[in-house]
Amino acid sequence: MRSRRVLLIVLVFCFSSLAFNQDLVSFEKRITVKKLANGLTVIICERPEAPVFSFFTHVDAGSVQDPLGKTGLAHMFEHMAFKGTDKIGTRDYEGEKKALQRVEEAYAVYLAERDKRINRDEQKLKQLEKAWKDAIAEADKFSAAYVNEFGKIVESEGGEGMNAFTNYDETGYNYSFPSNRVELWAYLESERFLHPVMRQFYKERNVVIEERRMRTDSNPIGRLLEQFTTESFAAHPYHRPTIGWMWDLNSFSATDAQKFFEQYYVAADIVVTLVGDVKASESMPIIEKYFSRLPTRPAPDESTTTEPPQKSERRVVLHDQSQPIYLEGYHRPDSYSPDDAVYDAITDLMSSGRTSRLYRALVRDKQIASDSAGFSGMPGNKYPHLFAFYAVPIPGHKPEEMATAIHAEIERLKKEDITDEELRMIKTRSKANLIRSLGSNEGLASNLGLFQARYGDWRELFRSVDRIDKVTKADIRRIANQTFVPDNRTVGVIEFAGGPPGVGAAPQGGGQ
Amino acid sequence: MKRSLIALFFFALLLIGGNVQLWAQASDWKDIKIPPLPAFHPPQPKRIVLPNGMVIFLQEDHELPLVDGIARIRGGGRSVPANKTGLIDIYGEVWRTGGTKSQTGDQFDDFLEQRAARVETGGGIDSTTISWSCLKSDLDDVFKAFMDLLQNPEFRDDKIEIAKKGMYDSISRRNDQPDAIAAREAAKLAYGPNNPYARVPEYATVAAVKRQDLVEWHHNYVHPNNIILGVVGDFDSAAMEARLRQVFGSWAKGPAAKDPEINFTPAKPGNYLVDKTDVNQSNIYMVGLGTTRKNPDYFAISVFNEAFGGGFSSRLFSDIRTTKGLAYSVGGGIGTGWDRPGMLRLVMSTKSETTVESIQALEEEIADLDKKPITEEEIKRAKDAILNSFIFRFDSPEKVLQEKMAYEFYGYPLDFLERYQVEIQKVTKEDVARVAAKYLHREQMPVLAVGNSSDFDKQLSTLGPVTKIDIAIPPPPPGLMGDQGGQQ
Repeated sequence: MRSRRVLLIVLVFCFSSLAFNQDLVSFEKRITVKKLANGLTVIICERPEAPVFSFFTHVDAGSVQDPLGKTGLAHMFEHMAFKGTDKIGTRDYEGEKKALQRVEEAYAVYLAERDKRINRDEQKLKQLEKAWKDAIAEADKFSAAYVNEFGKIVESEGGEGMNAFTNYDETGYNYSFPSNRVELWAYLESERFLHPVMRQFYKERNVVIEERRMRTDSNPIGRLLEQFTTESFAAHPYHRPTIGWMWDLNSFSATDAQKFFEQYYVAADIVVTLVGDVKASESMPIIEKYFSRLPTRPAPDESTTTEPPQKSERRVVLHDQSQPIYLEGYHRPDSYSPDDAVYDAITDLMSSGRTSRLYRALVRDKQIASDSAGFSGMPGNKYPHLFAFYAVPIPGHKPEEMATAIHAEIERLKKEDITDEELRMIKTRSKANLIRSLGSNEGLASNLGLFQARYGDWRELFRSVDRIDKVTKADIRRIANQTFVPDNRTVGVIEFAGGPPGVGAAPQGGGQ
Repeated sequence: MKRSLIALFFFALLLIGGNVQLWAQASDWKDIKIPPLPAFHPPQPKRIVLPNGMVIFLQEDHELPLVDGIARIRGGGRSVPANKTGLIDIYGEVWRTGGTKSQTGDQFDDFLEQRAARVETGGGIDSTTISWSCLKSDLDDVFKAFMDLLQNPEFRDDKIEIAKKGMYDSISRRNDQPDAIAAREAAKLAYGPNNPYARVPEYATVAAVKRQDLVEWHHNYVHPNNIILGVVGDFDSAAMEARLRQVFGSWAKGPAAKDPEINFTPAKPGNYLVDKTDVNQSNIYMVGLGTTRKNPDYFAISVFNEAFGGGFSSRLFSDIRTTKGLAYSVGGGIGTGWDRPGMLRLVMSTKSETTVESIQALEEEIADLDKKPITEEEIKRAKDAILNSFIFRFDSPEKVLQEKMAYEFYGYPLDFLERYQVEIQKVTKEDVARVAAKYLHREQMPVLAVGNSSDFDKQLSTLGPVTKIDIAIPPPPPGLMGDQGGQQ
């Protein structure tokens, strides 16, 4: 969940449209795009401010692609992409490969017994579990002296900010290097997606399970978001958690992860973007040399269902050891919709800074919330998703008051045109936000890569601002009337349920 | 690796009309040539000291037509009396929202948002800040707003009320997230419960803050001789210097801010427990007192931290996370503050059922420092990681400015970064072993577990005596929020 603090921290700058167009022209000159024979796209953006560069590898596969019963697999593979290759992280890959195969065989037998619905033999199950764990111990001997070698190389060579993310829509990998290491980077990044090795898979699965405990199970807002998202989508895979259900995490195998990789990490679905002190004329041949090694594979079947219209309001209420939170979401079309810019305009109007409508109504005037905002992208945006509103009630105020106050602001959107000043402010800020994002290698790499992957053209990043510039007052009323209706709404609430003495005590005298 | 290179070479010979460059591909990362990094001398900000003691840094950066500035003012939360804890947070917010004598905060909001510009204020532990950020063409307008807020804040009561309500809200929510509880209680164990770096606002201490306190704070601390101003962006330094001299030159000196005496009183070693029944994971801290960056040990400590608990390559990450699969989040090291001891800490979270096992695993990591001292190889890797990524400390004019401002504020030599690089190169295996032995003493470190103790693998008491920490939030004084209860 975004907090107002985060929104406020986002620095914004205004920009005349002339300067903005000049900027697009300057980017045209600095950007080189090349599609390799295997379908992989490379973008190089020259920004020679300092002898460094950042990259972003965008893979067009996210948790929406997780197979049934194997939620969390896309994210699990992302973790495995740090485990090295056939050359990095092992003392003898041929031997290790056989040992890893034996782990998979032992695991499959163990799993079959574990998941028997009838006549499960507990004694046998223990033996099979031991056989599986013994096989793991054997396989680990090949890599024990090379633990995290991939990460060690990146870090000792000066890599900065090495990380990755998986969301519903996609997976991304990034870090920055000094500019004299372009070839080293091209080698490492291509090897990782040429010969990934599923070593130490079941240990890493435990790491991911800890991540689930941290983000979801042991965190009230995590618990709310999981229940809320599950409730909001009946048909579309957006109803499943990216981190994965606990059962699935305790079930899927290294073989599953390898299959996922082979199916979805297809060169044509990968966009690699470099930004910084790199010359396209020198670096593109190097990058092409290494990344051309990725095989050409058939495009994966990414067909999914479309969420049917929601016919009645849905509610999830968590009685929890947490102070109350109010959240509601309305189905809206995907980010390819011609109305996407209208939703962006509504987000800015409702949520951006101290002049935003929700801040002024709930925090400043009614003084019932410490924070409130509305935004798209719940839980992703490549497919039809939710426009969500939330409010954080201050002590003595209840979630229902948040709903009433948010709905009053929504009614205003439906019935009254926004003012000229508001519309101007939205447009000024959208240009400003874009310009601000152009000032760092990391930010540019991820934006250019994302827009290239989503729309087939990095220029869409700049055109999205043009589209906001064309939004009218009537558009805002039309979209508000179309979207923010009760039957299309899912509500998620945390109600304070008390707790053991000394924990989460009610803050107000007799209010609760 | 030689063998595969030769194989590739033959493969290339066999290719007819293929990509002749193929032979040049390295098959081992060590074969890849790394050319020397071009010499890079980042632009240095111009430092100006006004006769009234104000220090100004000007850093030109013409990439985007923007101008940003930040004034850091000596004096912060650590100088606030304990019975008004939270004052600095309220001051930091209402300084901006409360407007000036001539304009309300709301009027500033409208004025600035129309220009997508910002003027913001904030309260920190040792300083307060006021900053602006705007398009070059709006500089005159926005700088005027900045100056007005710097010199004529009004701290209107209605905005004090909103700020206090926000504070009450965070107080009421401070036991909702286990990681936040753990971080807060760990700081109290490391520094002492009443230490300004550990104490937290309560309903009563927030309620005790009055408008007069904010006015007095401003009066006592906001003087040119307590201010370091940094400006970065698309401007001409000579013109900016003239502007700032003209605006600030006549501002009279005031009393210098004094640093308060602060006592650091770590808790007795032992096991501390916060029981939280709605979680399936424990947050574990093992804490103690670190040191400062002025300490000559700082360089050896930096190398030690990188090797022991820093990134992917560190011992804690490799052993606890990768090899044992006990944690997603694990790390630690000897903390180094600018002008006060940092926190020595080993931190991790693990499922309830491996809580005691994990504490023992951390203990083993400390014991191993004796038995299996950090090796030459680990030290080389740590030093490489620090030195090869050194460029990222000054790869933008803004970062250079921030470094210099920090050195100025805390009284470090302005070439501290260059010295750091030289000193890191000199660190030896013996230095690293020495600082590990000097600062890390398991028997002196309190251990904190925030978790669901009924699910622990073993009773925490198997590790020694256990002190339960009561985290109940002291209730608000009567009537504090009652009048809001029935409001629609």
